[in-house]
Amino acid sequence: MLELNSIYKTFNPGTVNEKRALNGVSLTLSEGDFVTVIGSNGAGKSTALNAIAGVWPIDSGSVVIDGQDVTGLAEHKRAKYLGRVFQDPMNGTAATMEIQENLALAKRRGDRRTLRIGITKKEQEEFRELLRGLNLGLEDRMTAKVGLLSGGQRQALTLLMATLKKPKLLLLDEHTAALDPKTAEKVLEATDTIIREHNLTAFMVTHNMRDAIAHGNRLIMMNEGKIIFDISGEAKQRLTRDDLLQKFAEVSGDDLESDRVLLA
Amino acid sequence: MSISSLINALPGACAQGIIWGIMAIGVYITYKVLDMADLSVDGTMATGGAVCIIMMTNGYSVWIALLCAFLAGMLAGLVTGVFHTFMGIPMILAGILTQLGLYSINLRILGYGSNSGTASNLSISVDRYSLLVSLRNVRALALNNPIFVSLLFLAILIGVMYWFFGTELGCSLRATGANENMSRAQGINTDFSKVLGLMISNGIVALSSALFAQYQGFADVNMGRGAIVIGLAAVIIGEVIFGKIFKNFALKLLAVAIGAIIYYLVIQVVLWLGLNTSDLKLFSAIIVGIFLALPYWKGRFFSSSKKGAAKNA
Repeated sequence: MLELNSIYKTFNPGTVNEKRALNGVSLTLSEGDFVTVIGSNGAGKSTALNAIAGVWPIDSGSVVIDGQDVTGLAEHKRAKYLGRVFQDPMNGTAATMEIQENLALAKRRGDRRTLRIGITKKEQEEFRELLRGLNLGLEDRMTAKVGLLSGGQRQALTLLMATLKKPKLLLLDEHTAALDPKTAEKVLEATDTIIREHNLTAFMVTHNMRDAIAHGNRLIMMNEGKIIFDISGEAKQRLTRDDLLQKFAEVSGDDLESDRVLLA
Repeated sequence: MSISSLINALPGACAQGIIWGIMAIGVYITYKVLDMADLSVDGTMATGGAVCIIMMTNGYSVWIALLCAFLAGMLAGLVTGVFHTFMGIPMILAGILTQLGLYSINLRILGYGSNSGTASNLSISVDRYSLLVSLRNVRALALNNPIFVSLLFLAILIGVMYWFFGTELGCSLRATGANENMSRAQGINTDFSKVLGLMISNGIVALSSALFAQYQGFADVNMGRGAIVIGLAAVIIGEVIFGKIFKNFALKLLAVAIGAIIYYLVIQVVLWLGLNTSDLKLFSAIIVGIFLALPYWKGRFFSSSKKGAAKNA
């Protein structure tokens, strides 16, 4: 479903701020894979996700989604294949637009936007049902501006928007990091449910080891722009936090304690 | 300084306000809907009038002239849009470049067919041409009263804009103004949205310019100077007065137009109070400056918590 072939990306090349963010990343995801991506700050997790989404052009390598090479495709064109949820709850929705308008925008992802009406009566009913499924009471507030919602509600809505039109690949960029623990738990639950129900392929970046272990059927660890650990299937089921910390210590050479703090 | 001279001037102020209200709706589309400050309107506010008058004096009907003025405005918007998106020039600078370039172009349009090839103004006589709006009829109780005609234009424009921003395409423009990252993630070509928004906005401004040139009986290369400030004044006055009660998009556009009318009535009053005409632009700049500062001050000095959080979305 997804194929990354030795992707390299350097930010600010030739300046003092030069940063090699992706250092030959290769990865293949099969249909239905739910991979969690973990690593310390600056390891390249979010950069890898942005490379898939096409936020900026990569230096070399290729991105193939469902057999189609999208390396040269602009971000808005790639959106056809991708559902995305951002870290910042403000980022995934249009605050000044209504809940139902946001959903209607998402429903047309990948379609040509014409002079037909932006949201039909039939869609309103459809959205009402979907919102009811979220259990947040949003079905009665369809015409409320999204800016009035809480961070958790916005993330849940963004998740719904990202999957309203079934994506080839769902990209989750630390989408619970900005939420309080209880809300984060709920949003993760909703994530699991949606991925299972629609049998989606998903790429979830996270800071939280426990979440990385508890969710998905595959886990990769990144460090200094490289994938340094890739585990799936039963081996992943048996994985513990200590195993991961051990792995971290191996690659970073030392500093088990600081990693423990960072990834607790 | 008699009260009757003020009252006498009010219908004219009203008509000007409505015509500039059309212009302000153009500004609203870039400034509020797309969240961009487009300074090219200072140029298009003269281009539209120049195109309209030169076409009419060359024998074209007023409707063709208006259409061409609108298209000329859209072309100017396209140029600004290309500067900004394709060439990566910051929005403010892109607008200034277009505005500056248009100055020369406007001189050429106004001087089309003349000996020197350029002119800074061009008049048109209401007696010899069938103008849609004219200053002369401003106190007439007839269908050709410019207040009535421009209100009709305004109503149609608001209707069309209300329809357009409810379509899929219009929604994608609103989304682009609200959150670019999200828009791209939802497959919206945000560059296209911006260019289209600029084209529509400048088209409307040029249309208003064409009406205004007819109204005053001439087009002038300087008639657009400071137009952006008047447009912003209308947007802000409309928002301050009606922001709490007008939630519907069509009503918001109406509020902008009423803002422009109020602006011209206030101008008329301060002129009557003895302000020199040449000081008007300073007066406008100060008023608009203060009104632009109000939301900032409100957030800074009068709010208890979480300010600006929604704005950064």
